[in-house]
Amino acid sequence: MLQITDLSVTFGGLHALKNLQFKVDEGEIVSVIGPNGAGKTTFFNMISGMVTPTAGDIVFEGESLLGLDPSQVTERGIARTFQNVRLFANMTILENVMVAQHCRTDQRVFGALFQTRAFKSEEDAIRNYGEEVLSFFGSRLVGYRLDQPASVLSYANRRRLEIARAMATRPRLLLLDEPVAGMNPRESAELTELIGRLRSEWGFTIVMIEHDMSVVRDVSDRVVVLDHGETIAQGPYSHVANDPKVIEAYLGRPVGSEQTDEEVRP
Amino acid sequence: MTATSANPSMVETPGVAWRKQIRFALIGALSSVFIALAGMPVGLDGRSIIQPVLSMGFLSLLWVPFVMATLAGSEVVLEGMTARTRDSRDLLAGGIIGLGSAGGLVLLMVLIQNFNLRDPLVNWSPQLLNLLSFNRSLGVGALLWLLLGLILGVLGAAMHVLPKKLCSRIRTVVLSVLAVSVLETFLTDLLEGFGLEALTDFVYYKRGGLEVGGALLVAALALIIPLLVGTRIKDVKEQVVGLPAEERKRVNLILLAVSAALLLVLPFFLGKIANELLANVGLFVLLALGLNVVVGLAGILDLGYVAFFAVGGYTTAVLTSPNSPGFSPELPWPIALIVVVVITGIVGLFIGAPVIRMRGDYLAIVTLGFGEIIRLLFLSDWLSGWFGGAQGITNIPGVEVGIGTVKGTDPRSVFLLVLVFCAIAIYVSWRLENSRLGRAWMAIREDEDVAEAMGVNTTNTKLMAFVVGAVLASFSGAIFSAKVGSIFPTSFLMLVSIIILVVVIVGGMGNIAGVIVGALVLIGVLGGPKQPGLLQEFSQFKLLIYGALLVWMMLKRPEGLVPNVRRTRELHQEEFLQDAWLKGEIDTDDQEDLQ
Ligand SMILES: Nc1ncnc2c1ncn2[C@@H]1O[C@H](COP(=O)(O)OP(=O)(O)OP(=O)(O)O)[C@@H](O)[C@H]1O
Ligand SMILES: [Mg+2]
Repeated sequence: MLQITDLSVTFGGLHALKNLQFKVDEGEIVSVIGPNGAGKTTFFNMISGMVTPTAGDIVFEGESLLGLDPSQVTERGIARTFQNVRLFANMTILENVMVAQHCRTDQRVFGALFQTRAFKSEEDAIRNYGEEVLSFFGSRLVGYRLDQPASVLSYANRRRLEIARAMATRPRLLLLDEPVAGMNPRESAELTELIGRLRSEWGFTIVMIEHDMSVVRDVSDRVVVLDHGETIAQGPYSHVANDPKVIEAYLGRPVGSEQTDEEVRP
Repeated sequence: MTATSANPSMVETPGVAWRKQIRFALIGALSSVFIALAGMPVGLDGRSIIQPVLSMGFLSLLWVPFVMATLAGSEVVLEGMTARTRDSRDLLAGGIIGLGSAGGLVLLMVLIQNFNLRDPLVNWSPQLLNLLSFNRSLGVGALLWLLLGLILGVLGAAMHVLPKKLCSRIRTVVLSVLAVSVLETFLTDLLEGFGLEALTDFVYYKRGGLEVGGALLVAALALIIPLLVGTRIKDVKEQVVGLPAEERKRVNLILLAVSAALLLVLPFFLGKIANELLANVGLFVLLALGLNVVVGLAGILDLGYVAFFAVGGYTTAVLTSPNSPGFSPELPWPIALIVVVVITGIVGLFIGAPVIRMRGDYLAIVTLGFGEIIRLLFLSDWLSGWFGGAQGITNIPGVEVGIGTVKGTDPRSVFLLVLVFCAIAIYVSWRLENSRLGRAWMAIREDEDVAEAMGVNTTNTKLMAFVVGAVLASFSGAIFSAKVGSIFPTSFLMLVSIIILVVVIVGGMGNIAGVIVGALVLIGVLGGPKQPGLLQEFSQFKLLIYGALLVWMMLKRPEGLVPNVRRTRELHQEEFLQDAWLKGEIDTDDQEDLQ
């Protein structure tokens, strides 16, 4: 589904990614792990068109994504969340998921001014789909919350809303950047389950950056380990977790122990 | 100080902050001196507020001690504290501020008498000294000012000491008297329309301002009417809010229809001056609504907005005037308008395309440049074969409608035409704001990168904002050129862009009602860049007041006079979050959400 070949990017003299090879098949859940500054987020930025690679190619469903604007990439069916939650904080929760359907809808000035039937039915559809996406997270984001600004949400709920917003763009490939960061163990276990359901019920293919090893272990089919912009290992979790290079990259600390990387981060 | 609170854990706010009081006294002194030297007392002395007691010139100084004392006395009561009981010390503090402000003036008087600084400071004149000393000796004048300052300062501080209800009564009375006096031109005109000349003759002095009797009448009405009405308006409002959605919609619709009808008949009760004034206000409402789409909704700071007003005006002139130097099809206005809208839209695309790739400061500066470029093009010799250069285009005909002609000499017709277009602009803004496009604009204003990543084509969406703004400005330009009958590059100075922006900011960015209020207050009362307002005496101080108002609003009320809920939230993020937290609206704990 997504095929990345020889991808490199440099910021000034810094090689954020070097000759990266990467591949996702339809229906997979792939985790990308690696120490801080390994280039994981840069990797996502590259796929979503926010950063232009210096070399290499990104092919999604047979077509290259190079040179496309982020909005065009989203239109092709790739949606993402952000590591440092970036919601439209002063828009309501419902509006956040409504605006995300922009590239799937097409009513313009004319429809809005003359309130055509097409406009009204599209607005209804946008609203209904938005509520449907939100109700995936149980009762947390619906009901009276719909009309509250996103800024009143708790941290965990903001992360959920970010995922909902990405879902609302009707993607086929979902890129989640540290979806459980800042959640307590119970919340992250619950979200892990939801990530599984995102594949089974919604049919999304998922690439996820995650520092929480228990989540990575429970949900991913395959793990890719990045360090200094290079892939140092990939394969099933059990295989990767015991790879000496990976252990070394994580400062010699065994990966997968309860003491995850999460705690050493500021 | 005794703790009055029943709850011992509640802490009282600390006592009078003397440092702050001294600071305000100094600010008061400086403001008074500045106002005096800016020439306001002398320049505005000709216009009475209440004849012969109070002229606008004196008012320009007298508000200082009062307002400074009130401001210095206001205290923030933090959560978990009780406001302290105010006592005589607060009055003393007010008195000090009043004395300080007056002291500044006294010092100025002494200096004027002994030195001549007329060279750099034009208003450093014996005339000012005479006025300040009430045409008596310096000593008497100084004493009078100190006394006045003391009284007004104490009164200002008393606004925090006296019971709240009494204060709000006093405020209503004072503001009503001022408003009725300021709105004189408009009100006389309106009352004349109803055949009530006798009333205006009693209330108003012939050369402007209220008569003492009139002032008393207004004050009495301002006292009695709230007593009579009481909470009735509030009750009705609550009743309406309590209605089911269907009926509330109907009530709103009826209200809308009634106010629309009232607005439509209003011009027929107004005389020339008031109609002219409102027509000007309407032209700026149109412009401000257009800029509001660009700045308020999409968050693009366009400082060259006048360009579209100019293009609209000039295109109309070229298409309709027989004197158009290059190309003169002499189209009727309505047909010309269609062409104007198309052309302005295209110009919007052309200016917008390079501009919207920039952000923030760069964008603002580039738009400023484009605004000037357009004006200079109209002024240039190169294009004078088309647009007449500095001579402009004259003899632009009025607008032929079935029943008559809309032209500048008949302000009533212009006002009616402007009303129609304002209604269109309001409808357009309202509908677009609540549509797919409007949401995309908001998302861009919040975070452009994320909006783009969520599938919003930011380039096209921002261009759309530019074009919609341009089209609304072109309406205004088209009416303007038919109204004035001639068009010159000097009508489209950069100042116009700035004033429209100030209208939007002062009124309340992103809010249709706010923009209208902003235009009424600023353009209606103070006047536009060239158009006189109600207070024609103000014209030489117009920009000063605009500037002061802008600074004040930015510091104290950045959300504008009629704020947009969302915008307020953006600007007062922390306070909002604290309030929401206190009200328990923020979900701090996720547990509670789980069933
Ligand atoms: N726009 C940019 N300009 C310059 N340097 C950048 C930019 N974006 C990222 N970098 C650098 O690239 C490197 C990789 O950053 P990236 O954010 O991808 O790391 P990460 O793996 O996501 O780390 P973390 O686990 O902390 O999220 C870092 O050294 C970072 O400073
Ligand atoms: Mg990262």
